[in-house]
Amino acid sequence: MNYLDNIIKPKQANQNTLVIFGSILILISFLDVVLLSVFDINLTGSSKGISFFLPLLLGFIGMYYIRFDHTNFPLINRFNKSLNIDWLNSIFTLLSIFVLLKFVPLILNWLIFDANFIGTAKEDCTGGGACWVFINVWLKRFVYGLYPDSETWRINLAFILLFVTIGASYLAKPKFKKYIILFLLFVFPFIGLSLISGDVGGLVYVETNVWGGLALTLIVSIFAIIFCFPIGVMLAMGRRSELPVVKYFSVGFIELWRGVPLITVLFMAANMFPLFLPEDVFLDKLIRCIIGIILFEAAYMAEVVRGGLQSLPKGQYEAAKSLGMGYWRMHLFVILPQALKIVIPGIANTFIALFKDTPLIFIVGLLELLGMIDLAKTNPKWLGFAAEGYVFAALVYFVFCYSMSRYSQKLEKRLSTER
Amino acid sequence: MNLKALKRLAPQLIAVFLIIAVIGYFWNNTRLNMEYLGMEFGYDFLSKAASFDIQFSLIDYDGSSPYFRAYLVGLLNTILVSVLGIIFATLIGLFIGVSRLSPNYLVSKLAEVYIEVFRNIPLLLQLFFWYFAVLRTLPLPENAISFGQSIFITIKGIYVPKFIWTNFNFFIISFILAIIVSFFIFSYAKKQRENYGKHFPAFWVSLGTIILFSGSGFLFGIVNLTFEYPEIYNLTETVFNYRGGVTIIPELLSLLFALSLYTSTFIAENVRAGILGVGKGQKEASSSLGLTPAQTLRLVVLPQALRIIIPPTTNQYLNLTKNSSLAAAIAYPDLVLVFAGTALNQTGRAIEIITITMGTYLTLSILISIFMNWYNKRIEIKEK
Repeated sequence: MNYLDNIIKPKQANQNTLVIFGSILILISFLDVVLLSVFDINLTGSSKGISFFLPLLLGFIGMYYIRFDHTNFPLINRFNKSLNIDWLNSIFTLLSIFVLLKFVPLILNWLIFDANFIGTAKEDCTGGGACWVFINVWLKRFVYGLYPDSETWRINLAFILLFVTIGASYLAKPKFKKYIILFLLFVFPFIGLSLISGDVGGLVYVETNVWGGLALTLIVSIFAIIFCFPIGVMLAMGRRSELPVVKYFSVGFIELWRGVPLITVLFMAANMFPLFLPEDVFLDKLIRCIIGIILFEAAYMAEVVRGGLQSLPKGQYEAAKSLGMGYWRMHLFVILPQALKIVIPGIANTFIALFKDTPLIFIVGLLELLGMIDLAKTNPKWLGFAAEGYVFAALVYFVFCYSMSRYSQKLEKRLSTER
Repeated sequence: MNLKALKRLAPQLIAVFLIIAVIGYFWNNTRLNMEYLGMEFGYDFLSKAASFDIQFSLIDYDGSSPYFRAYLVGLLNTILVSVLGIIFATLIGLFIGVSRLSPNYLVSKLAEVYIEVFRNIPLLLQLFFWYFAVLRTLPLPENAISFGQSIFITIKGIYVPKFIWTNFNFFIISFILAIIVSFFIFSYAKKQRENYGKHFPAFWVSLGTIILFSGSGFLFGIVNLTFEYPEIYNLTETVFNYRGGVTIIPELLSLLFALSLYTSTFIAENVRAGILGVGKGQKEASSSLGLTPAQTLRLVVLPQALRIIIPPTTNQYLNLTKNSSLAAAIAYPDLVLVFAGTALNQTGRAIEIITITMGTYLTLSILISIFMNWYNKRIEIKEK
């Protein structure tokens, strides 16, 4: 009886032996899973359907024996504290590790070890993994769309200019910073647009229906971001206005756009907008879609900004008024700078959402990154590479969205002021 | 009239004038354009025969049905995928959100990776990934993955047994009756608890009532339930397919995967914020009152956390419903594809069809937000 008691209730006195025994059990269970999933060697001899069960049991017993409040092994202490808190947690830990051990090698094999990187045609892909040759060959199309090869330097130049100006705005003295940002917001978009579309200064005109790829994604998002922001701020101010006409118009406008999916807005931009315009005016489909996106996102932006306006204490309004400021001066110099600062995370989230919404223009026939991948994967010479294309696109979008959200978190911390 | 009143009135008059001018301008253009193109305006086309086929429909539909029927099919498909998506997204979101807060380092890190990955990839891309890259790798009907010879997973969809009821109405009426009775049981239990401090096992009693009521039909042989199993057959010499049972088409599946995985990340963050938002003192106070950890969670933490969780989650439900319109990209016959896609192309009635589609989504959004506002009001703190 005493013997059994020792096994069921681990004693502090035996802990050194028990910890070593438990660790060995855990290691065996991990080793079994690794061997089974990577090398296909069956150590414990359990059948395939329950191949996880025996290691799980071994690991569970092992973890039971090392769960002491304090041991002489610092590593075990840390393990107990973060991964082996109680019996339920030990099961979670084991399951997570097993799933990782099972799937990470599979994914890595597909992504890297069995994949083919070099080549020019589908036949160069001989491994069982991903065929990155596909991406390699089509990369230029994915970035520039169907834009003529001889003219792609214009897109490059536009984006280099953009990054240089953004860099300059960081390094410049605060006095000039203002002007650089104003230039970026109000002058640069049009310089960039005329550079890319051409027809000015001896540049060849490039129709918008050959624009595409990542470049188009970025063009659409940058334009939409720049224009949806001021409209959103105006709508938010309108919604809080004391003038009933302005207020109800803003409310109606905001709720209308927020209540419908972007896709119907794009359908509207593609099919209905042309009817609204006089016969002799022709608006490009791309511009119509960008206008649709701007109006749509402006409504979301308005709600975010409204949150900031509402969170400001009334005293700020009263103080500004008592200094003799009018409505516009009060908002421009006192209210908005504070309100916008509060809602920076919200604004950043709206921008990220906007960026993630740009692939939708594919549905009305504009070939941004996702559209180009669709075009490439349906090319008769390159059938069967959907997964590679989508993984690549996912990676690109992930890098953009994740870095934007990280940046906004940093900005939020830097700008946070004690109240 | 004094100056102050004028200062208020003038901008409004200008605003009204501007709005009317802009709308009038567009109206006039539209009128001229439509006259020029020989188009007419009206909703009479809704009663004409649609003469196109829809792959997946919850109600009877064929080519001779009117456009209005096609609209209903699309709307029902949209509602179906939204409701299922909301249920799955909530379950996954709850699970991930709680895991994110787990003291277990590995579990919380995995949940974080899940959230970051699925949140930062556009929904349309995820949808394409599931549809074109994952579900296309499933086996052909002849090599289907089967579970107990009743569920078959193939590239053409998942085939599940169909329920064949006799006297279904009796079953459903008794079920609803049982729900109403258990509602009374709960209010009785609440009264007992609040007035006399007595504990009444309302949950078990009402569960028993529901089982008893809905089972009674089976017991007396009034209601009967049999299954129709899908079975494989030769379409041609080498092509196989299944017949019978219910087919869950791959479009619906991939849409459900994409919508629920994507939305669950946002719900998970809401859940996390909600649980973190309940003060530590609340938990300490409740355990010092002698409540067990489970009771603390159920009676103290969750009711307060729900108050923080529900408003942003409502927004996510609305987003999911609106995002279900991405169905058009993979040809799941939802409202946008059937109506704003096929019907618009056939009739050319852009204005009518797009206003109906937008109006429908607007109504759905407003309905969901009214319901959630009502629910929110019900659970909010009632200060005495």
